[in-house]
Amino acid sequence: MSFINYASREINCKIVYYGPGLCGKTTNLQHVYQMTDPDAKGKMISLATETERTLFFDFLPLALGEIRGFKTRFHLYTVPGQVFYDASRKLILKGVDGVVFVADAQEERLDANIESMENLKVNLEEQGYQLENLPFVIQYNKYDLPNVTPIEELRELLNPNGVPEFKGCAVTGEGVFETLKEVAKLILMELKKGG
Amino acid sequence: MLGPQSSFVMYDEELQRINIVIERLLREANAKVIFLVDKNGQMISGVGETEHLDTTSLASLTAGNIAATGGLAKLIGEKEFSILFHEGEKDNLHISIVAQRVILVVIFDQRSSLGLVRLRVRKASDELTTIFEDLAKKTAEIQASGGHNSPFAEITDDDIDSLFS
Ligand SMILES: Nc1nc2c(ncn2[C@@H]2O[C@H](COP(=O)(O)OP(=O)(O)O)[C@@H](O)[C@H]2O)c(=O)[nH]1
Ligand SMILES: [Mg+2]
Repeated sequence: MSFINYASREINCKIVYYGPGLCGKTTNLQHVYQMTDPDAKGKMISLATETERTLFFDFLPLALGEIRGFKTRFHLYTVPGQVFYDASRKLILKGVDGVVFVADAQEERLDANIESMENLKVNLEEQGYQLENLPFVIQYNKYDLPNVTPIEELRELLNPNGVPEFKGCAVTGEGVFETLKEVAKLILMELKKGG
Repeated sequence: MLGPQSSFVMYDEELQRINIVIERLLREANAKVIFLVDKNGQMISGVGETEHLDTTSLASLTAGNIAATGGLAKLIGEKEFSILFHEGEKDNLHISIVAQRVILVVIFDQRSSLGLVRLRVRKASDELTTIFEDLAKKTAEIQASGGHNSPFAEITDDDIDSLFS
């Protein structure tokens, strides 16, 4: 749920990066962080285990600039991917304005992607959201690796509704900003409609 | 109070009323810093010695903290824990929920005490609740009368592209 502050002329929106464990959600945020002007970003916070697995969430606040005199801020969150962190994932989805699903394009992760997508739908519905009504984009990440599922097959299984989709390689940054930009755009379009 | 997909809106008038309440709370509770955070992690307002604080991160982590303890509460059959207290070596955090959707955070040190903070927070919470109820009413009325002139009503693709340039 966006927060429109007429007093400080700011608008805040929340974007959640969802997807199976190790698909590259944290790497997406790290790339955005590295490539962003120091004065446009806050600290990146990672609540992670000692082995760098996301424990609760990563958080990156971005101040992108002004639209019509309103400072536009996006708060980027990732969820922990492992199945047993489901309770935490639900919490992070609260108040979400837009979702990025990061799929791991490697063949052996196909089932994990499908499971995570199902889990996203269920958890959104619990909060009273419908994925179909939310700004939503998909990134097929790790497309640099040799053993990936063909894009047509990924699309058929993960993107039957044809939402915007991007191939990505989060470690080099390929597709990262395209993905973010698209979901931000969809969120702003939603606000335009007066959501 | 507000649907999951409607925006949370703040206006000048209500923000000023809020600031009067939390500034008074700051004085009366001998606190160092007070801030109000939306349950989704967005900072609403802060008063006191906020210059050296990363308030954006504080807001996000506070909301995460409330969300996590709220989840714990449900697991043991409570609705939510309405007050959290974290004791540090020098500074302490008193966190409470106002009007079911806003988080009030008080940072205080040995110049104050938990008892005093608790007492003053209770009174301020009632006043804040009234303000947030007024705000919800105002937002609903404005929406019912066709919505306010959203600053985003006329945005174009170019506006959005320029954000990322
Ligand atoms: N080859 C390759 N490795 C990636 C890519 N994106 C992330 N990784 C690696 O995959 C691992 C898990 O990434 P991480 O971002 O922590 O996954 P998360 O669990 O979704 O947050 C890390 O070792 C990353 O370096 C990618 O596009 N290509
Ligand atoms: Mg992670």
